Formats: sequence, C-alpha cells, structure tokens
Amino acid sequence: MTTAVAVRPRRYVAHVMGMPVSLALRGDHADDAEGRGAWAEAMATLVDVDRVFSTYRADSHVSRLDRGEIDVVDCPPEVAEVLALGERARAESGGAFDVRRPGPDGRRVLDPSGVVKGWAAERAAHPLRLLPGTDFCLSVGGDVVCHTVRDDHPDWRVGIEDPRDPGRVLAVVPVRNGAVATSGATHRGAHVVDARDGTVPRRVASVTVVHSDLTWADIDATAAYALDGTALEWLRTRPGRSGLVVWADRRREVFGARPQDRAGR
Amino acid sequence: MRRIVLWASSTAAALVLLFGYHTSTSGVAAVEQQPIGSSLTTTTVATSSGTGPDTGTSGTSSDSAGSSSTTVTGDVVQTRWGPVQVQVTTSGGKLTAVEVVRYPSGNGQDVEINSRALPILVDETLAAQSADIDMVSGATVTSVGYVDSLQSALDQAGL
Repeated sequence: MTTAVAVRPRRYVAHVMGMPVSLALRGDHADDAEGRGAWAEAMATLVDVDRVFSTYRADSHVSRLDRGEIDVVDCPPEVAEVLALGERARAESGGAFDVRRPGPDGRRVLDPSGVVKGWAAERAAHPLRLLPGTDFCLSVGGDVVCHTVRDDHPDWRVGIEDPRDPGRVLAVVPVRNGAVATSGATHRGAHVVDARDGTVPRRVASVTVVHSDLTWADIDATAAYALDGTALEWLRTRPGRSGLVVWADRRREVFGARPQDRAGR
Repeated sequence: MRRIVLWASSTAAALVLLFGYHTSTSGVAAVEQQPIGSSLTTTTVATSSGTGPDTGTSGTSSDSAGSSSTTVTGDVVQTRWGPVQVQVTTSGGKLTAVEVVRYPSGNGQDVEINSRALPILVDETLAAQSADIDMVSGATVTSVGYVDSLQSALDQAGL
C-alpha cells in the first residue's frame, strides 16, 4: 500500500458547535452546485444537532431535560436514540463511559457530547454519500469519516496527531471507507473523566479508534480514554476496531482489527 | 424516585429505536434520514468554501531536490492478531512511501481489512506536513484552536 497519486481534493471549511468542520471532496461533484449543496446540507444537519443537544445552550432540549423541565418524550426522537447509544456504551465500558457524568457538586450532569459528535458527523455525512461518483473525507472537530467510490482514486490518508505536539502526526491511517476518531486532552484540557469516580486519565495520552462507523469509533475512543490504564486491554475486546493508543510516557501501541462480521456491527 | 422510573422506561423504549438505527446505518443506500430539526425553524448556514485559487503550493510529497531516498523497515509490532511490520521511505526529509510489509497472518480477509484500517506509525522526526495526509484526527479541536492547527494548514494549502 504505497502512497500515491495526487488527486487534489476540493476543500470546504465551516464552524459549528464551536468546532471546525473540514470537508475534502474529489470526483464528479467535488466542485459543482450538487457538491456545494450536499455540503450545505451537511452543515445544516450539524446546526440542527447543536440546537437540540448542546450543553452550552440553556434552551437546548438536552439542557432542559437535564433541568427536569421536559421529559425524553418531549424531545425529538433523536434524543432517545442518543441516550440509548450512551446507555449501551455505559454497559459495554463497565461504567467508565456515561452520558451522566459526575458534576462539580456531586450531582450527575447530563452530557451526551461523548455520543453526539461522532453520531452527528455520521448524519452529516449522509448527503455526501448520495453524491454519485464522488469521494469525501469529512472531519468534525477531529473525528473523520471517509468514503470512496472511485476505484481509480487512492485511499484517504488520515493523520493522527501527536497529543504532545499537535503540529505533528504520529501515524497515518489509509482509509477507503470507514471512520477515525481520537480522544485525548490536547485541545480542551481534561474534559473526559472516568464516569464512575470522576478521575482524570493520567496514563493514557490519546486513543484513536478506526472502525466502519464513526458513532462507535468516537464512543470507543472516549470510553477507552476514560478507562485510562486498561484502555488497550478493553479495545482489544472490541470487534472490528483497530487503532492506536499513545501513553503518557510516549509509548505508542497499535491494535488490530479482525474481519468484521457483516451481519453484526 | 419517580423520575428515575421514568428515565428507565424511556431508556427501554429507546433501545428499541436503537435497533432500527443500526440496521439503517449498516448500508449506505438504506439510510433514510430526516433533518433532525425538521420541526424547528430553518436556519441559513454560512459556509466558507475552501481554498482560494490554486496557487501552486507545494503539493504532495514527491521527490524534493536532488536528495537520495532512504527506506527504513520498522520493528515488528505484536498485535492481538499477529505481527505487523512497516516500511517507510523518505526522500529529502519527506515521507514518500509507507508500506506495510507484514500483516497478521491468516486469511485474505485479514489482509484486506488491515491494509485499510491499521494506523501506520510515522517516524517522529518527520514534520507533519511531510506525511502526505488529507485530514487530521485529534482530540476535539475548538474553533479557537483551529486557527493554529495542522488541519487548518491542510485546508489552506489544499495539500
């Protein structure tokens, strides 16, 4: 698998949810009205998600739900979908991942952002997938979805940033169709904690998960990061995932994927 | 207490929804989504579109002036599924090729999956810009932090 051929993609950038969103398009509709329309639709999806799920907006459904002003049934059905994903992640991570994290006053705060980002990016990718003869690579705040339909085009190359020096990459993942998510404390400080006791990870510096679906790549990266010392052990029990764990002492460990069961996730 | 019960029942209902969600995302063609806020007011989205005119910024990392290329084969890394080994070729301090020379043994499926999905460790002495990448995956980048980020450099250069 050599790196190759320069197919210069058309690039688009915008910001939503306080995060940058970058898109690279190549192929038939990379730079026409259809391509730009799909990009606008992708952004509109993220804006809608932000309005419903933001913990920074007092009037979002999630904020109102957390304050007990409304119930899940009063929210758009996507809220229940996200909470269910969070519940499954909590169960599968032994409680390290939880959309109800310990707040400063001991009360548990509803914060589904650990689920929402990857899930939202998958939704945003939907209109892009419908573009005929067009490949895309979409990043929502550092979580990446790749899609390739053109056999004559090379793999997308996703760089994994160095948690100590974000100006460098530690590894490259060649992806045709799939997703790459990274969790760590580089840009936002310690915003991920072990939901069981609120401890901040110390031994692990960052976790990158490669998977067919960004929703679960993102959840698993966050959960493994929260698990800290047992991150790698846990990731190796997860089917269809591969990736990279960077430890605080600079050690880097790659873990591999096994063939995916097409029937299952 | 009453709230907890409500919470539990809505979670149970949601698990049913989740089932449907996974089937719908497993196949591209099968996905049928409504914009999440279809019932909410529509908003206009301001999108800035990518790069300016193509000004011939240095593109992909091909041969740089008159330097010879070096090929280094990395250590064998043990993974759960077997040993993996990577070979990296650099030329003039730039990464020109990365090849996975050893995959976990097993059936062909292993090779296919891994060739698409295994991260390839990059020599730490290489600058990020030379690694020939399309996108950066990192811990959540904020819009403020984006300005100085590698992703921003990629977007601007159209590398």
